[in-house]
Amino acid sequence: MKQSRRNFLKFAGLSAAGLCLAPSVTALASEGGHGKAHEVVNANSLHAKRWAMVIDTRKLNTEEEINALAEVCHHIHNVPTIPTKQNVKWLWEATYAEAFPNQEDNYPSEDVEKRKFPLLCNHCESPSCVRVCPTKATFKRPDGIVAMDYHRCIGCRYCMAACPYGSRSFNFMSPRKYLDMDKINMKFPTRMRGVVEKCNFCVERLAVGEMPACVEKSNGAMTFGDLKDPNSNVRKALRENFTIRRNPAAGTEPGVYYII
Amino acid sequence: MLEKALKGGPKYWSWIIFLLLIIGAGFTVYLNQLQEGLTITGMSRDVSWGFYIAQFTYLVGLAASGVMIVLPYYFHHYKKFQGMVIMGEFMAIAAVVMCLGFIIVDIGSPQRMMNMIFHPTPNSILFWDMIVLNGYLLLNVVVGWTCLESERQRVEPPKWVRPLAYTSIIWAFSIHTVTAFLYAGLPGRHYWLSAILAARFLASAFCSGPAILLLVVFVVRKLTKYEPGKGAIGTLTTIITYAMCVNVFFFLLEVFTAFYSNIPAHGHSFAYLFVGSHGHTELVPWMWTAVAFAMISLALLIPPKLRYNQNLLPFSLSILVIATWIDKGLGLLIGGFTPNPFGEITTYWPTGKELMVSIMIYALGALVLTILYKIAVDIKRDLGELTTSD
Repeated sequence: MKQSRRNFLKFAGLSAAGLCLAPSVTALASEGGHGKAHEVVNANSLHAKRWAMVIDTRKLNTEEEINALAEVCHHIHNVPTIPTKQNVKWLWEATYAEAFPNQEDNYPSEDVEKRKFPLLCNHCESPSCVRVCPTKATFKRPDGIVAMDYHRCIGCRYCMAACPYGSRSFNFMSPRKYLDMDKINMKFPTRMRGVVEKCNFCVERLAVGEMPACVEKSNGAMTFGDLKDPNSNVRKALRENFTIRRNPAAGTEPGVYYII
Repeated sequence: MLEKALKGGPKYWSWIIFLLLIIGAGFTVYLNQLQEGLTITGMSRDVSWGFYIAQFTYLVGLAASGVMIVLPYYFHHYKKFQGMVIMGEFMAIAAVVMCLGFIIVDIGSPQRMMNMIFHPTPNSILFWDMIVLNGYLLLNVVVGWTCLESERQRVEPPKWVRPLAYTSIIWAFSIHTVTAFLYAGLPGRHYWLSAILAARFLASAFCSGPAILLLVVFVVRKLTKYEPGKGAIGTLTTIITYAMCVNVFFFLLEVFTAFYSNIPAHGHSFAYLFVGSHGHTELVPWMWTAVAFAMISLALLIPPKLRYNQNLLPFSLSILVIATWIDKGLGLLIGGFTPNPFGEITTYWPTGKELMVSIMIYALGALVLTILYKIAVDIKRDLGELTTSD
């Protein structure tokens, strides 16, 4: 009994000493950094004042071509293929009438009527999803990319109601259920159930100096660059071609242009 | 005063246990939802809000029912409502509790709910809705409870209650306006994109809310000796009638704008709801039932002879409640999401599990209401003010 009491007192004393020391040890450990992380920027990272995309639908307009892009996009971002109406889509194809519902023509050209159009998040200049988000989980970066913080999203789905392009998906169930976990891209996180997600213009690739995956895969049919730079490739494409944007009446100023 | 809720007859306790059983059963389904996610609901990528948010929207209307009693009582010194003021305030408490419950069960990641407070975002209407709903709850708890306590002590209510009561009257309008703004400011959702939506919410609330309140009061009258007084019932019914007329009128204004303008997107949701679109007619029978019930309720409420007929009144009010529920608790939400931004129709219907969770919230509201009404009625009985003679 006596023995155990002495042991207890020893233990208590040591613990108390440990507690007193602990803060100084942590202080020592963090010395030099002063608790602030270094800003690590890849030397090759791409920058723009306003990222934008121009899609030449004369070159890219079949279901197969667009599905191939979607496959690459969905693979590198670990987007699951869910066979129900609770599916998740970052990039997909649609007809002219679906892509531009207010600009439908009663006698469309045969060519345009047959075409399929790649749809994705428009990364709007004045995004209504950002306006309604109650937690700033979706936000516009200074370079115009509308990004998501999956860890802050509470899953209220207000952004889905607000997006006039149907560009957002909700993880009704755990997306991992529909992912082949042996084949996922280890460089990009998977999501959990209960959060909203969407195309991110491949910010993670821009950060290491690569073009968005769909642009890279499109054989030149998609152009990606700085809208604010008059000499950029997107401005050149816009100067030389007639382009339209989806649902201009919504006033969101989309960052994706379509050459018809 | 809470001790009043602990003393009751076998009828009272069996009702409480019944509600607790429903809440328990619903909660197991909710636990399943927490495990599986919102995939257990009928919602989809296109119809991303469903039954939960629709019930929340409808119950905001019930929350404001009290204001139709409190306003004439405080602003116009309409003394006949004295016996019912507390009933209105307590109904508001139960309704706001249900509203908040429906929001919580609708959130995909409820463990992060506090992010709304940690990262306050004034540009989001949802942030303001949280403020007005919780504020309204607090106001009604403080005002209702203090007034009842003073009544029990047979003293005048403290002076500071009056400004709070006035604030709660104006606040009641804000919970509707802000909830309507949740919908009315969204580009691409033409069924909601209407400046009159907030006004429609108010009109719909001021008929459906007091109608439900009156129906509940009739039940209380049957079970206890509580008598709100013929004058109070008559005035409230008149208010309901006017509000329903305005509600129907506002809806017709929407129909005119949508169809006379001939802008396809504006009429598409109406077409889907009332005649069907692309071969989808799921909601058509519901919407026409709402139209028929609205018309019949008006036919039974507008002529004074029928309106003041106490035997007919519960029926007229019931069909009015059904009509407004279909319009706001079903059609408004589904119509807003259908057609989707691509002009396509994705059908939505709540699943059994979704309904079970909803019933849990409704039972929770009934439990809160039962306890509050039990306290109010017992105190009124002690004071000898259970009946209003007129």
